[in-house]
Amino acid sequence: MADITYTPSELMTVNAARLLRDGDVVFVGVGLPNLACNLARRTHAPHLVMIYEAGVIGAQPARLPLSIGDPTLVSGALSVCSMYEIFAFYLQRGYVTVGFMGGAQIDRYGNVSATVIGDYRHPKVRLPGSGGSMEIAAFADRCYFLTPHQKRRFPEKCDFRTSAGFLDGRASRQALGLRGSGPAAVVTDLGLLEPNEDGELVLTAIHPGVQADQARQNTGWELRVAPQLTATAAPTDEELSILRQFDPDRIYLSSTG
Amino acid sequence: MSKLTPLRDAVADLVHNGDCVYAAGFTHLIPFAAGHEIIRQRKRDLVLARATPDLVYDQLVAAGCARKVIFSYAGNPGVGSLRIMRAEIEAGHLEWEEFSHFSMITRLTAGAAGLPFLPMNPTGAGDLERVNPAFRRVKDPYSDGEVVTVPALNPDVAIVHVQRADAEGNCHLWGIVGEQKEAAFASARVIVTAEEIVEAAVIRSDPNRTIIPGLAVTAVCHVPHCAHPSYTQGYYDRDNAFYLDWDRISADPERVRAWLDEWVYGVQDRDEYWQKLGAEVHARLKVEPLWSEPVNYGRY
Repeated sequence: MADITYTPSELMTVNAARLLRDGDVVFVGVGLPNLACNLARRTHAPHLVMIYEAGVIGAQPARLPLSIGDPTLVSGALSVCSMYEIFAFYLQRGYVTVGFMGGAQIDRYGNVSATVIGDYRHPKVRLPGSGGSMEIAAFADRCYFLTPHQKRRFPEKCDFRTSAGFLDGRASRQALGLRGSGPAAVVTDLGLLEPNEDGELVLTAIHPGVQADQARQNTGWELRVAPQLTATAAPTDEELSILRQFDPDRIYLSSTG
Repeated sequence: MSKLTPLRDAVADLVHNGDCVYAAGFTHLIPFAAGHEIIRQRKRDLVLARATPDLVYDQLVAAGCARKVIFSYAGNPGVGSLRIMRAEIEAGHLEWEEFSHFSMITRLTAGAAGLPFLPMNPTGAGDLERVNPAFRRVKDPYSDGEVVTVPALNPDVAIVHVQRADAEGNCHLWGIVGEQKEAAFASARVIVTAEEIVEAAVIRSDPNRTIIPGLAVTAVCHVPHCAHPSYTQGYYDRDNAFYLDWDRISADPERVRAWLDEWVYGVQDRDEYWQKLGAEVHARLKVEPLWSEPVNYGRY
């Protein structure tokens, strides 16, 4: 095992794939979430249904799509529908069990900014915007996020809430009666963050060779460590070889995040 | 009655300075050739609406055609940022109005249905609602609940690229159908660009595939390869290399000017552009066929 080497992106993707359950209906974001879904489908979750916001249901991509509107998602898919239908009939109506996204900034309660950093009208950084994320975070049964563990990506509070996590705490989300239950986990290159009973993200697992302090130092709030902190298993040969088949040019997997 | 029109004439007659333009297509079937024709004709003060502005609106903004953009995801899909749009917004040179994908498409659907607005379930993320007054809250008249509403979007002109159309504008399209149909029904004028112009009998052989009917169409233009560097399902692949190149080109205003001079102002039309791309690009974008099973409509 010790001689298996992997990049931080591979580590995140493998751990994200392990969170998916067989039979999940996943609204898939581009890049690493897309790779994680394909890996899960080839290992423990053969009945995973991948849905893309472009309106594709049950995609079986033969190659790694650069964008989430790639033609390889269509050829061999179960169904293709309009964007209105994918968001209204599939997502809002409640057929999506998992929302799987990246996130520029994720705060203590799992709220995400994909819009701006700083003031909306005069931003420090202008990001691409919501895309599908505002509704995915609200309506999918549960949501996973994949993002490298850096202080600037984990502020105490997002400047702009593009999508709702637990808002100011689990009770404030519950009071709104949203159909989705909110963030279930954030996978980083250091470990896993999961919400506690208050909806606050706490460190619940660390990857091989990582110390809890590293995660604390790279988080913008006083990160709590779960009483039963676990260690994730290192990516296996099988997981890595399947993953690399999907990204032979290492477009996504070579990055350090 | 035939609505066949050269693209140049359709853009000259149907796209006016100041118009709200919706060039449709989620990643697929983006009518780049029409965007380039708008640039060549130096249209000004356009309000450019698209869920994903994509490179075509980055290029229109770069060429000085736009006053305002309406969008829900302003990125280069799979690559990063739309640098020109972002810089113009940050510099205060470009107005913008921002939605989520669902609210953007809901606006278009309301427009297509002749409704003043449509409701959606609240998402709990209040900030986009707070900064954009187009989002409103109303009481659900049938319960104690509340819904979010967005107003209809009725563009002056929609541009929709399709695989095949007849001369009257009845259109077959397949693959990702995004918001093409909604854009066509919502807009006052509709320009269709088609890879192929076919006999009406071809359209009538498969009426379920007629996503846009001729009665909603103003002009039909025969424009093969219209969508490059986007793609047309079954006809040619997405030019991902160009999407990556644009990230570098668009980082340098001088290179953007040179690119527009060479690839937009410097060519007469899409045919010349396609020839100029050369055999190597043509070969790279070629796609092997994968046919569907025919369906039996029956003779009645």
